[in-house]
Amino acid sequence: MKTVTVDARNLLCPLPVIRTQDAVEGLSPGDELEVLCTDPGALQDIPTWCRINGHRVEAVDRQDREIRIRVRVGGAA
Amino acid sequence: MGEQRKAVALISGGLDSMLAARVIQEQGIQVEGINFFTGFCVEGHTHAIRSRDARRPKRNNALWVAEQLGIKLHIVDVIEEYKDVVINPKHGYGANLNPCLDCKIFMVHKAVEWIEQHGFDFIITGEVIGQRPKSQRRDTMPVVARESGAEDRLLRPLCAKNLPPTLPEREGWVDREKLYDFSGRSRKPQMALARRFGFKDWAQPAGGCCFLTDAQYSVKLADLWASRGERRYELDDIMLLKVGRHLRPRPHFKLIIGREEGENRFLEGYRKQFTHLRPVSHKGPLALLDGRADEADLELAARLVGRFSQGRDAERIRVEVTPTEGEPRVLEVAPLRPHEVAREWYL
Repeated sequence: MKTVTVDARNLLCPLPVIRTQDAVEGLSPGDELEVLCTDPGALQDIPTWCRINGHRVEAVDRQDREIRIRVRVGGAA
Repeated sequence: MGEQRKAVALISGGLDSMLAARVIQEQGIQVEGINFFTGFCVEGHTHAIRSRDARRPKRNNALWVAEQLGIKLHIVDVIEEYKDVVINPKHGYGANLNPCLDCKIFMVHKAVEWIEQHGFDFIITGEVIGQRPKSQRRDTMPVVARESGAEDRLLRPLCAKNLPPTLPEREGWVDREKLYDFSGRSRKPQMALARRFGFKDWAQPAGGCCFLTDAQYSVKLADLWASRGERRYELDDIMLLKVGRHLRPRPHFKLIIGREEGENRFLEGYRKQFTHLRPVSHKGPLALLDGRADEADLELAARLVGRFSQGRDAERIRVEVTPTEGEPRVLEVAPLRPHEVAREWYL
């Protein structure tokens, strides 16, 4: 199982979602993806994208402007 | 049982594409959504930037629609390829710098590439004859189908009965009788269909979902091209056109001045790429200077920034000027008075 980090800081939505989607394409079910971003829109968009595409958000941490979202790749990847 | 047929729906986040996708889902077709990010999408950005909008829900409507429909959504970054659509539209512009017909052809063409790569059978759009003045007319519908390469693999479920049968209809994958014959600008048939499907909420973007349909935005883009002497742009350029006041007091430079805290923070991210100015003796906005400026120009810029600071009525204010290379320095200037700011400076 792999863990990959995507740096989507200073990008505005939907670019953080697109970066997440592109990274997941190269991963296998069970792998973990950590997305770093600063646009608060990602707090809503990345979990929605994960729900509709069968992935799971395992944790969301927010410190000041920086948001860290941990995604577990689902079987539908 | 026949083979499970699959369609990709162009999902904008608005009502029409949501209905079109649901109509085809109801016929037992497997539908997935596709959405294109051109850089000009209204979706999200301005909400994300301006502090006063911070409390509004920041949902992405295309994602929201996909979730309502229970379909997957593929968001495709087309920023680079889209430049040619904006800069050289074969079919010309609409009322502003909106290349709506070329844009539709481009997006359907991208969807054709996608279905061929992913083994899907046809494409759905929410187009309705007569809905939009440039791209959704009886005479342009076949142009989109032909020039995109989709031909009869392009099905418009909301107005299909007004058009010749397409491949999925002829093959019996979908029942033409259960498609619709909407036309014109009235939204009533769509509202009625939405109610029938039980949809209670949908986005109603004023003036569409693209900044290029906005008159003021188009003026700023045209100014950008004129000032550079060539029609080109980068993503940062078109993002910055969405933010702040843009004033061009001299042909060779303009100022982008934050209107509130959220915009100032956003502009902060571009500080290193531009000479920038900020009042230090009074509260005031961050301003980026785009272009070239000699000493007299910098003084004018500082006076103009002073006009938008809390020191606007003071005799003198101090403004810090930081070039892209070199140390910041402070200019002491008299803020411009209202009559000294020419109306034509505003873009």
